Amino acid sequence: MSSGTKLLTLSLAAILALGICLAGCTGTETPDGQAIPNETATKTAAPPEGGAVLKIATTTSLYDTGLLDMIEDTYEEKTGVDLQISSQGTGIAIELATRCDVDLLFVHSPSQEQDFLDAGYGINHRCIAYNFFQIVGPEDDPAGIAGMDPVEGFRVLYEKGTAGEPGVLFVSRGDNSGTHSKEKALWDMAGYDYETEVQGSGEWYIEAGRGMGETLVLASEKDAYTLTDEGTFLAFQTDLVLVPIIDQGDALLNRYSIMAVNPEHCPNVNIEAANNFIDWIISDEAKEMIGSFGVEDYGKALFTPLYPPECTTSPFNCTCAEPVSQA
Amino acid sequence: MNEIIQGFVEAIELIFSLNPEVIEITVRSLYVSLSATAFASIIALPAGAYIYFNEFRGKRAVINLLQTLYALPTVIVGLAVYLMISRSGPFGFLGMLHTPQGMIVAQTILIIPLITGLTVSALSGIDREMRYTIISLGSSQLQSITTILREAKFAILAAVLLGFGRAIAEVGTVMLIGGNIRGLTRVLTTTIALNTSMGNFSLSIALGIILLGVALVVNVVLNLVQRG
Repeated sequence: MSSGTKLLTLSLAAILALGICLAGCTGTETPDGQAIPNETATKTAAPPEGGAVLKIATTTSLYDTGLLDMIEDTYEEKTGVDLQISSQGTGIAIELATRCDVDLLFVHSPSQEQDFLDAGYGINHRCIAYNFFQIVGPEDDPAGIAGMDPVEGFRVLYEKGTAGEPGVLFVSRGDNSGTHSKEKALWDMAGYDYETEVQGSGEWYIEAGRGMGETLVLASEKDAYTLTDEGTFLAFQTDLVLVPIIDQGDALLNRYSIMAVNPEHCPNVNIEAANNFIDWIISDEAKEMIGSFGVEDYGKALFTPLYPPECTTSPFNCTCAEPVSQA
Repeated sequence: MNEIIQGFVEAIELIFSLNPEVIEITVRSLYVSLSATAFASIIALPAGAYIYFNEFRGKRAVINLLQTLYALPTVIVGLAVYLMISRSGPFGFLGMLHTPQGMIVAQTILIIPLITGLTVSALSGIDREMRYTIISLGSSQLQSITTILREAKFAILAAVLLGFGRAIAEVGTVMLIGGNIRGLTRVLTTTIALNTSMGNFSLSIALGIILLGVALVVNVVLNLVQRG
């Protein structure tokens, strides 16, 4: 063997050896100190050896507010359970749960949550908090829907959009996210069948197929209306020309819920850790923490926690305070 | 434009302040992508050499297939590997989903076609006259193969570096397989994607600059080693 080839082989072997050595240090050391400058809290405690692991799948619009990083730090310090939170979008979250790759779902899509429960994949559903979606759009409001009831606003948008009225454009998430589900529900309430009447009904209806931030940027570029959650809109506001047009109305309710994966469907689920977490997050202590989140960065709380008996009635219609590990 | 300049500034700040979270994700990016490159090279270099040096039926088709796989979308590899190692998949018992080890496997699969194909190209670049010269000088089969490999070492190293570049810069696979979990599977590219979706553009640019810096260091090191 020539010395050149020898050296190449040796260096590849060294890289391989380095890789194997580093196998011992994958993310078990969590550093102290300052966070990356993006307002999320740092992990302050290293996950304990042999501690329980709880895997949570969540939606991007919830995760991107930074709330879950704070919940993670608080819960890990309190209980020593290693929370592993993956945020890739509601659609992927539900797929991960269906395929038994996570223990818990923390999402905001009531129709998809109900389907999940009905199929027997999920149990111990609890609603945690809520805020409101907003219909945002160009400041001059060409469709003239400012301050209307949201369903009525959607109706006007559809009529004017399909009629080709100039300036009336709507950008949809188009990605089966929780926000997209709410949008579809609004079209449905306004009396239109989504697949046959709304989708492809003209150039006024633009399907972005992307996350909330990118959708807002697209809508801003096109001076269009879109449906957004409050957190993302606040985070992007300075880069956008859009303003809130309609932000009141029960139909815009954005309800965040949590549920465990059913151990009958997925035997490997860490149901004990999941139930403990659910019990903690519906506790008054956790709800208070959730209810005060956002004041520092945005001047207002991003979430309103749900308490009984309010949560059991319309428009929430869910359980929010009954502990699960009682049996 | 403002964000780009701010990005440069933030990159320098993050590097010199030795920000621990940035260090953590940078080390993990290197660990995953260097390991993937090493494993892929161990498979791809001999495979590429084998394909080049041997004549067999379907050789042209194999090379065509390899070159087609250069265009393999990373998210498709991610999806395919996810379906394999998901709990409900055939290899679910390994528990590799949402781990750096799973990310290494996925990236290795992603870059094997690239490094193999480029190795074949690298060897094909050696003048045919030289090959005949080597043989006519009385060298054995093994000697002629190693000599030709040595002649092509620059091009082969380029193949390995391109494989590394593709691995460290891709998002789709590591996002699906790793899950972008804080403190466990977050790497530079997925953090960039997260911060972009959160609207932290200058931070994303800063992390991108750091990624390029890291790739530059790897490039320089491998070039020095190869020359020595």
